[in-house]
Amino acid sequence: MLINPRGETLKKKNLIIGITVVFPSIVAIAIFVYGFISWTLRVSFSNWNSFSSLLRGIYKFVGFRNYERLFQDYRFQTDLWNTLFFTIFFLLGTIALGILMATLVDKGLKGSRIFQNLFLFPMAISFVVTGTVWSWIFAPGTLPNNPQGINLLFTKLGLEKLMWGWYTSTDSLGHFNVALIPVIIAATWQLAGYTMAMYLAGLRGIPDDIIEAAKVDGANEWKIFWKIKMPLLTPITLSALIILGHISLKIFDLVFAMTGSGPNFVTDVPAIYMFELTFRSNRYAMGSAIAIIMLLFVAVVIIPYLVTSLRGGKR
Amino acid sequence: MKKILTYLLLIIVSIYIILPLYVLLATTFKPLEEIGISDMWKLPKNWSLSGFIKAFKKLAPNLKNSFYLTIPATIISSLIGSINGYVFSKIKFKSANLIFAIILFGMFIPYQSILFPLIRFLQSIKLYGTISGLILVHVVYGIPITTLIFRNYYSEVPDELVEAAYIDGAGFFKTYSKVLFPISLPAFVVVIIWQFTNIWNEFLFAVTVTSSPEKQPVTVALVNLAGSQVVEWNVQMAGALLTALPTLLVYFFLGKYFIRGLLAGSVKG
Repeated sequence: MLINPRGETLKKKNLIIGITVVFPSIVAIAIFVYGFISWTLRVSFSNWNSFSSLLRGIYKFVGFRNYERLFQDYRFQTDLWNTLFFTIFFLLGTIALGILMATLVDKGLKGSRIFQNLFLFPMAISFVVTGTVWSWIFAPGTLPNNPQGINLLFTKLGLEKLMWGWYTSTDSLGHFNVALIPVIIAATWQLAGYTMAMYLAGLRGIPDDIIEAAKVDGANEWKIFWKIKMPLLTPITLSALIILGHISLKIFDLVFAMTGSGPNFVTDVPAIYMFELTFRSNRYAMGSAIAIIMLLFVAVVIIPYLVTSLRGGKR
Repeated sequence: MKKILTYLLLIIVSIYIILPLYVLLATTFKPLEEIGISDMWKLPKNWSLSGFIKAFKKLAPNLKNSFYLTIPATIISSLIGSINGYVFSKIKFKSANLIFAIILFGMFIPYQSILFPLIRFLQSIKLYGTISGLILVHVVYGIPITTLIFRNYYSEVPDELVEAAYIDGAGFFKTYSKVLFPISLPAFVVVIIWQFTNIWNEFLFAVTVTSSPEKQPVTVALVNLAGSQVVEWNVQMAGALLTALPTLLVYFFLGKYFIRGLLAGSVKG
């Protein structure tokens, strides 16, 4: 297209200017993301587990000792189980509710727009606010005589039997600490609307004639939903799983504001343990080891996603 | 019949979504005498602003901090994102896509994995514990998402438009300011709303980079407020409402653009 030589040299000049313009950003990311990750990795292999050892600044390589200690640590084991169950139920809850919201709103009944905006508003709010409010709702009070929050609501509705300790409960089913349930409810509350928005975008992209053709063939709504819409929405489900999954692997603010670690670490997560090790007890090497483990979890989920997503995006 | 069922389900879901909002508002506007636990689910008998005023007095400096942090960080990172997006969408250089992917990964990492070095770095350049330090942090870690949104936006602009400007003798910056920038308003709105909301709501950097209470953004102050047992519930809920208010207002008035930013966050090339 560019035939004139002036345009050709100008194009080259622009290329050089262009690269110069993005160069600072590339350097910033190289240092602040990749440089700092390597630094954290290096700390995680050190013996910097007290303030004085950090001050002395002498680097002693201890191999995987911090990691070994972590995996033998009861609290960290609990964190891993909590992350696993939190992720499973949070994903199930959010995606199911997101699909439900999207299909209900997509029917286009009067007032749908209002419901859609209502369902999405939690996304505009800080996890810290969500945690603070839900923490009060699920505060159990002193059972059985002085119930609070949801428990109080239960007594008023004559459902005393449903009262329990919520996020203060130390009960568990296998490795699943039931105290996580209120936290999952709060996290789902915050992100279901987001999932809805993703599915709505997908549903609106399905051509009407496919649906019409199925109707002509005599398929009912249930069948159309499961046999036609859901398979077409698979890429959306995959994106949702990955985006929500990586959020749940690094969840911090919500738990921090809502419950903290809880009794016997029932609601503890790796991010909170990392925070306490690094910023409360000066065990930087141990904290860094947790950070690296969290990064690995997220990388396993995100890297394949990024690769396929950017390849698919090339037109 | 089907209609009724749909509305019924919509209302059930709405109750779940409204429940915390109800508790938040009902408690915020209760006077001190009514905040006993047994009245928690009731609407205030006498609406009162006392809790709200008390919370505002406590959080005002932190709200100010949050504005001082969020506004400059949002503006700077939008501008950076815009110019980066131009380069990544219109200047085809070698391995541009690979470099872009490497930058993009930065938006997904758990920030715990860079936190300790970041703090040491900020300490060494004397920005630790300052709002400027936090601005720097949010500008840098905002590069991936802002670049992504602008890149996707400019990809929709035909290449011919840019090339025509080049042929007419316009240079790199002139092409940007005369061709791309004037049509960038929608993308700027999306990015500004997205960054404003995220930086305002952010907690991890806020709590680790600032140490003294008078420098803390409002999210940190809210957690500290809620953590102290002496504070009354109406004040705590009023604090939560105050913290949420700026981003809620943005959502209320500019929700459409907010959703676009949200969906851009799920990548898509």
